[in-house]
Amino acid sequence: MSEWTKHDLLDLQGMSKEEIETVLETAKSFKEISTRDVKKVPALRGKTIVMLFFENSTRTRSSFELAAKRLSADTVNIAAGNSSLSKGESVLDTARNIEAMNVDAIVVRHPSSGVPYILSQHLKASIINAGDGCRSHPTQALLDMFTIQEKLGRIAGLKVAILGDIRHSRVARSNIWGLTTMGAEVTVCGPATLVPPEIEAMGARINYDIDEVIKESDVLMPLRIQMERQEQKFLPSLREYAKEFGIDAQKLKNAKKDVIIMHPGPTNRGLEVSAEVADGKYSVILDQVTNGVAVRMAVLYLLLGIKR
Amino acid sequence: MGANKPTSTYEVEVGAKQRRLKMKTVKIMDKDNIQRAITRIAHEILEKNRGVKNLCLIGIRTRGAVLAERVNECIQKIEGNAVPIGILDITLYRDDLTMIDVQPVVRETLIKFDLTDKEVILVDDVLFTGRTIRSALDALIDFGRPASIQLAVLVDRGHRELPIRADYVGKNIPTSANQNVQVILKETDGKEDQVIVEERKRK
Amino acid sequence: MSLLIKNAMIVNADKMEKNPQDILIEKGVIKRIASSIKEDKGKTIDAKGKLVLPGLIDIHVHFREPGDEHKETVETGVMAAAKGGFTTVMCMPNTAPVIDNRSIAEMVVNESKRIGLINVIPIGAITKSLKSQELTDMFELKDAGCGALSDDGNCVSDSHLMRMAMEYAKMVGILLIEHCEDHQLSSGGVMNEGVTSTILGLKGDPGISESIIVARDIELADYFDSRIHFAHISLKRSVELIREAKARGIKVTAEAAPHHFALTEEELKSFNTNAKVHPPLRTKEDVKAVKAALKDGTIDCIATDHAPHAREDKEKDMDHAPCGMIGLETAVGLAVTELIEPKILTWPQLVEKMSAAPANIMGFKGKGAIQEGMDGDLTIIDPEAEWEVREEDFVSKSSNSPFIGRTLKGQVAATICAGKIVYQQ
Repeated sequence: MSEWTKHDLLDLQGMSKEEIETVLETAKSFKEISTRDVKKVPALRGKTIVMLFFENSTRTRSSFELAAKRLSADTVNIAAGNSSLSKGESVLDTARNIEAMNVDAIVVRHPSSGVPYILSQHLKASIINAGDGCRSHPTQALLDMFTIQEKLGRIAGLKVAILGDIRHSRVARSNIWGLTTMGAEVTVCGPATLVPPEIEAMGARINYDIDEVIKESDVLMPLRIQMERQEQKFLPSLREYAKEFGIDAQKLKNAKKDVIIMHPGPTNRGLEVSAEVADGKYSVILDQVTNGVAVRMAVLYLLLGIKR
Repeated sequence: MGANKPTSTYEVEVGAKQRRLKMKTVKIMDKDNIQRAITRIAHEILEKNRGVKNLCLIGIRTRGAVLAERVNECIQKIEGNAVPIGILDITLYRDDLTMIDVQPVVRETLIKFDLTDKEVILVDDVLFTGRTIRSALDALIDFGRPASIQLAVLVDRGHRELPIRADYVGKNIPTSANQNVQVILKETDGKEDQVIVEERKRK
Repeated sequence: MSLLIKNAMIVNADKMEKNPQDILIEKGVIKRIASSIKEDKGKTIDAKGKLVLPGLIDIHVHFREPGDEHKETVETGVMAAAKGGFTTVMCMPNTAPVIDNRSIAEMVVNESKRIGLINVIPIGAITKSLKSQELTDMFELKDAGCGALSDDGNCVSDSHLMRMAMEYAKMVGILLIEHCEDHQLSSGGVMNEGVTSTILGLKGDPGISESIIVARDIELADYFDSRIHFAHISLKRSVELIREAKARGIKVTAEAAPHHFALTEEELKSFNTNAKVHPPLRTKEDVKAVKAALKDGTIDCIATDHAPHAREDKEKDMDHAPCGMIGLETAVGLAVTELIEPKILTWPQLVEKMSAAPANIMGFKGKGAIQEGMDGDLTIIDPEAEWEVREEDFVSKSSNSPFIGRTLKGQVAATICAGKIVYQQ
């Protein structure tokens, strides 16, 4: 394992293979803690972590919160609806006010790309990106990679397909950076309006033929389709999307025997993935949720565990 | 045996100022000494606990785990039965995490059985300030409520900073603060078993 | 009261003098230009080693008054303009309320008269409240002192209305300035659409949102034989369309902003909201095309699109931070550094872009050249001075500049308007 030097976790772009491996290795050790009766270790005792969420999230926020609490850190939740942001305060000002209360880390989610980056430029506290705009969701990609490694024993050389709304997906972007760094081949597939051709500059391949993609992939990762995409004219209809791009048992007949189905959640059952598939034998969706806590514990420990 | 004779003397250069440190290394225990100490500890454990009933061994990573394994081998030879054994990683319980600046690697803790009502023998290589044991005790309590926790160490070198003592000691080695006691084991270090004391003196 | 400038290396759009001359200004007008003038009645400036240009003209600034005086006022805007070497500026009507009627236009005119340093000419709106629904009273706006009309910030999105505006403005005799942006296509884009926006996960504004309106307005201008001036052209494709239109004899003129020849979309990589601007910073190729268009005359002039925003507004996230950057105080430095130094433009060509052409496009009599009988508006530039752009040095009320920290060559030494020194370093 390489020595950890990062102060913030903003992005997987530019993160080295060794750094990703360190997180995944550390997460392996942390996974056991969540299975104990006493699911708590004192590693981050006395640390304060603020969850600053400008966008609704149940899953990611509670996963981070559990991770922090299992490491004995104190956590505070700030949801944008209650914060003074709605009263015209700038994001930076809000964050500065929080930091003035001597917090050690800020886990931030924001609908606009780049906000965690800007905060990291101005604040001393560690900034952990829990999702910014369409840009980056590093812990999700890390937990996805952890799950792939756990289920298939490796990442390098695997064919991973990310399906659906690539244009608006931070999960897709972070996974493309992370997976290609780890040596996987990433293919993106979806309606042309939601798969910008520029995505190939990030190292992913575009293939609009869903059947071909299903046939050749080791990992299928359908993304959540936001209901408003139809109103925004990106899609003719959700019905057509489900029919052409939704993963169902029929389409899976040609898949590899040991294929795994992942989903960043929450799923729109019957839209991007059928209920049968989401709960079926190939699905590792709940493992992803379990692993999410371990990976976030690893990230918090690596960023905050020692003095810098 | 010549166990107390200096075995090697070499000079290392440290830091930007190239301060010259002279390190003197003295072998305190050899392979046979270590094996005898482990056998004796195994006997004492069985004697004190009147057999293997409810007994279990927990080794502290990394060398404590190896020593626990060896103690268990002796127990099996004597009693015919081995006892449950686990490995404890105490990194997350260390009280100096916020004082050090190199990230310690966290490894898995492997305790696959319930500790409640067990006679737990905690095994480590060197007992020094007692802080590692304090961390280990905290960690063990999180796994259940043992009937008792007893401590077995290969070397007790003194200088305690906490009210902790060992129940089973392989060898007591009086040391000074600028000495460093190192247990070398075949499984972890790839070298022949020995315990050495290094002395660092600024020239 | 007179002003004598000694040892002036005079640069006009048609030529650069080989020998220094003296310039005498009396009653706001250039009285004499000769190799040596003896005059001791008034003030004297020695311009030795410096270049003397006809007063610079910026036909595109935002002074935020009335409505957003915390960002800029006519007074602070005028100070920034004077420091930047400008003796005439035209301010856009997207204030609150909008300059779409006589009273607001006169308020700006009167305020600039009260300040009295340089010429401020308001630009009136093409449509009421910039809403692309009804035309403004153009005769009245012209009469109130508006030098041109524009819905800048917004595009006149209704093609029929734009047709009406062109026909009516032609009769009134006032120039229309178009902000070229198809709002449906650019909807919510915060930067140029492309690889960089995809990687950054920022919403992209595709270049065609600009070129589509350029093409539409060229067709309208051609069909109705009207004039149209294009604000802040940023795109290679727009340049091609304008070049072709000019070759066909269509009456189009165009301007480019310094940031569109000095910066690319790469600037957004650091999520610097000061680099968020409309039209957005484009690619290297577009920058190259804009420079080439300045050189070959496809783009007639340089205008800063000086757009002040308060710090608290720019501290918002990329999606919510307002568009625009200040530009008056960095324009000369950027022009020298990016255009003169790499030999894209000569000094006379720069005078053309920053004084003669804007005067010509707007029909300003007595401006744009240093000749006896012309207005006493002069900009004295030290072409060799190197200086660092620093936040604390801006006299504008805002400091939203992505150029902070950059070292530029070429600095304004003094600005003279109507024979009065309005800025001296």
